[in-house]
Amino acid sequence: MDSDHSPVNPVTEAPGAAATNGGVRVDRADRMVIRFAGDSGDGMQLAGNRFTDAAAIFGNDLATLPTFPAEIRAPAGTLPGVSSFQIQIADWDILTPGDRPGVLVAMNPAALKVHLKDLRDGGVLIINKEAFDERNLYKAGFESNPVEDGTLSGYDLHAVPMQTLTKAAVKGTGVSGRAVLRSKNFLALGLILWMFGRDTKVTEAWVAKKFAKLEAVKNANLAALKAGYNYGITTGSFARQIEVSPADLPPGTYTNVNGNAALSWGLIAGAQLAGLPLFYASYPITPASEILHELVRHRNFGVKTFQAEDEIAAAGAALGAAFAGSLSVTGTSGPGLSLKGETISLALMTELPMVIVDVQRGGPSTGLPTKPEQSDLFLAVWGRHGESPLPVLAASSPSDAFEVAIEACRLALKYMTPVILLSDGYIATGSEPWRLPDMDALPDLAAPLASGPNAGDRFLPYLRDIETMARPWAIPGIPGLEHRVGGLEKEEVTGNVSYDPANHQLMTDVRAWKIANIANDIPDVEVDDPDGADLLVLSWGSTFSAVRAGVGNARNQGVSVAYARIRYLSPFPANMATVLSSYRQVLVPELNMGQLSRMIKAEFVTPVLSVNKVEGQPFTATEIADEIMKVMGQ
Amino acid sequence: MTSYARVDFQTDQEVRWCPGCGDYTILASVQNFMANAGIEREKVVFVSGIGCAARFPYYMNVYGMHGIHGRAPAIATGVAITNPDLSVWVVGGDGDLLSIGGNHLIHAIRRNLDLTILLFNNQIYGLTKGQYSPTSEPGKATKSSPAGSIDHAFNPVSLALGAEASFVARTLDMDRKHTTAILQAAHEHRGSAVIEIYQNCNVFNDKAFIQLTGKTERYANRIDLVHGAPIIFGAQKEKAVVWAGGRAEIVDRAAVNPSDIIVHDAHAPDASAAFALSRLSHGPYGPTPIGIFRSVRRPVYDKVLDEEVAMSKAARGDGDLKALVTSLGTWTVD
Repeated sequence: MDSDHSPVNPVTEAPGAAATNGGVRVDRADRMVIRFAGDSGDGMQLAGNRFTDAAAIFGNDLATLPTFPAEIRAPAGTLPGVSSFQIQIADWDILTPGDRPGVLVAMNPAALKVHLKDLRDGGVLIINKEAFDERNLYKAGFESNPVEDGTLSGYDLHAVPMQTLTKAAVKGTGVSGRAVLRSKNFLALGLILWMFGRDTKVTEAWVAKKFAKLEAVKNANLAALKAGYNYGITTGSFARQIEVSPADLPPGTYTNVNGNAALSWGLIAGAQLAGLPLFYASYPITPASEILHELVRHRNFGVKTFQAEDEIAAAGAALGAAFAGSLSVTGTSGPGLSLKGETISLALMTELPMVIVDVQRGGPSTGLPTKPEQSDLFLAVWGRHGESPLPVLAASSPSDAFEVAIEACRLALKYMTPVILLSDGYIATGSEPWRLPDMDALPDLAAPLASGPNAGDRFLPYLRDIETMARPWAIPGIPGLEHRVGGLEKEEVTGNVSYDPANHQLMTDVRAWKIANIANDIPDVEVDDPDGADLLVLSWGSTFSAVRAGVGNARNQGVSVAYARIRYLSPFPANMATVLSSYRQVLVPELNMGQLSRMIKAEFVTPVLSVNKVEGQPFTATEIADEIMKVMGQ
Repeated sequence: MTSYARVDFQTDQEVRWCPGCGDYTILASVQNFMANAGIEREKVVFVSGIGCAARFPYYMNVYGMHGIHGRAPAIATGVAITNPDLSVWVVGGDGDLLSIGGNHLIHAIRRNLDLTILLFNNQIYGLTKGQYSPTSEPGKATKSSPAGSIDHAFNPVSLALGAEASFVARTLDMDRKHTTAILQAAHEHRGSAVIEIYQNCNVFNDKAFIQLTGKTERYANRIDLVHGAPIIFGAQKEKAVVWAGGRAEIVDRAAVNPSDIIVHDAHAPDASAAFALSRLSHGPYGPTPIGIFRSVRRPVYDKVLDEEVAMSKAARGDGDLKALVTSLGTWTVD
């Protein structure tokens, strides 16, 4: 089927060189997009994650995009049941999981139906031949078998008898019945590892550890992995391997991490840096639950987790823990943030430190629970009753989530305020190599902890620090600091209940000023603008990777364009107005219908061009580059 | 033991309940109890929701938070979990804890967090000026039910027992001695202790508890539950409670064999008997049990979680950030 003799590699759409390896051609590519697709029970996320680890340890740069249905197991073989995992590996600093795959693994007809349209012309297509029976073809809506009717003639097709191979491989390992075919994802993985010239050691070590207590399963998976790998070596059907060299990344120690894990670690780090115990309260919700799962594993850091009866209780418990002296965090997604609003207002009124993590997903309502979106920005910034300003930060990539989590803790503690940290489904589940920061150089976080009376022999809970305007934090247990806080308006200094009109105005102003002043305590927006562009592309959150890659594409086409990302969405960094006024045009791509755009227009009274998409998928670099070219009239 | 007087537990804030409100009596009982029991002020936290009762923390010279309507058990949960050395008290009314906060109440009870929950039941919404509450009797005419409430009422003791409470008691605002004894028992109890306090709202629901507090009525209607004692009541102790067809029933004492009278066992592992006693009345309208229905030991959430943390530290050593961020495997680029 390999009809590729052109100098441009159809798999990558990039120039490639060829060599041979024992008769098998080896195509060199600077990057490659691979997509594993199958039924949600086929173990595609596992295969994808294992390949990611192998690629990371090999030294490729990479970015991943897992996509799975909202149903745990939609009916087998149907289109809604398809789950996929895309990874781009490269020998250079890539930013996105890629637009269109050059290699597609389709474990059944439904997976082929959903994903074939994305595969590059001439791309490698590996299918599980035996799953293409009449019943599965019917469920996927194929009228005839695409393997036989010529539909796939434009691809480098490999119809692999994965079920027969798996059965043969696992014979004698002790697994039986339906369990036998569960190992077929390892067979597919083994084949892909061979195709990219990776050995199987990293995966074998993982399997041995993961299934240590399930001897038969462990052996079956190892056998299937090996069989897939050997199939690549021995069968004549594969005419080529693909070589993607290690990336020339900055020196350092790297690990591969997804956003939910990095964010969790950032919270643990924040608590350690502040010398406080970490408390995390949450109600299970996609795609934030993994933060709870991650944190519960680290009790030896003094982490206490609490699975509450509902979202409101999680917020309430976090606020109680804040009053009692913990670094308190509650995590959720959009629907949960709606429910936590009243408690966040109380945190704001009582001026207690608290971090609220919102891993955004498609909304409104239950919306697209497993897909990323950035449509909670307004809710985070404005979505509370009363005049209730608070800091809002956004992570822009999986590894960035670590730093932003620490920063959210810093601001919450220093300014005695609730802070909302926005992530999204793409950051949460996607992974990338992370160059580990120097753990000894992380900042010390401080809170205005009270140790004794602050006014003669009295303790005044609203006597503020004159620099930060933060009130003192008196932890229960200290004699002489007994005090009451609550939702009724507080009298400045004493904290007593006050209905005085002038005091309410004063306190409203003070709360607003305290947050606005944070603009002076955060870094300026940094603009990447090598040659004095007229157009600035501004990103926030996870659009970062596609925007930076898209800007790169546009620059390669000779267009001058500047780029910046905003980590602080409320308050904006101090130089925002200057930056915005330095460009003739500002383009803001968002996975919503224009929320940051409107905030910028309202606050800076400046025109903004919006690029909006809510399709449950991140922007591709191409989409961003196309928008840039359109704006530039090219 | 620190020595305190009631005044040590009073704040400089003017108490702003309506004159004649039962809340004043309860406040005095609690302050006196704390002073006499020598509870260290700095270790006490009062958490409340919203409502008349929920103003309570402002008047207690301890640590306190006046929270959100219904959410006091959730907020108190965070306090108790993260700071198990504290004595954490929840105060709320029947609307606060049984209506908007019903979910948090039952889950706090179920988990057996170390909380003392004071449920001020006045069978009416007072702060919002007189709507029927989840404990108002059916047929009650209020501003929001002019033709009479068609809501069936909760029996708070039955509800708490159904939610697996390890300690449930009922007392009366007017009976300060009884209230103090119940507070003492609840304070000594480890786990969630629920105390339903019948509290008179003299503005919107006056004399709701007259059958239990009236000079003559109380002798006929008040059934004092005492652990280990037979359940008998009445002005001449002429009434008794016996088992009849699987439920508790009030009978003339003279008509039954003394050995058939139920001997109250608050420590029975099974809650069935306590539940049956709670069904003797569905409100303060006739003979009604007062006292400790149930007091049993079971694992306390915050203590168990503390042990988990300690065990994890003992087994794995104190958490190390560098080890954490490299735990998924690393590679080096030179």
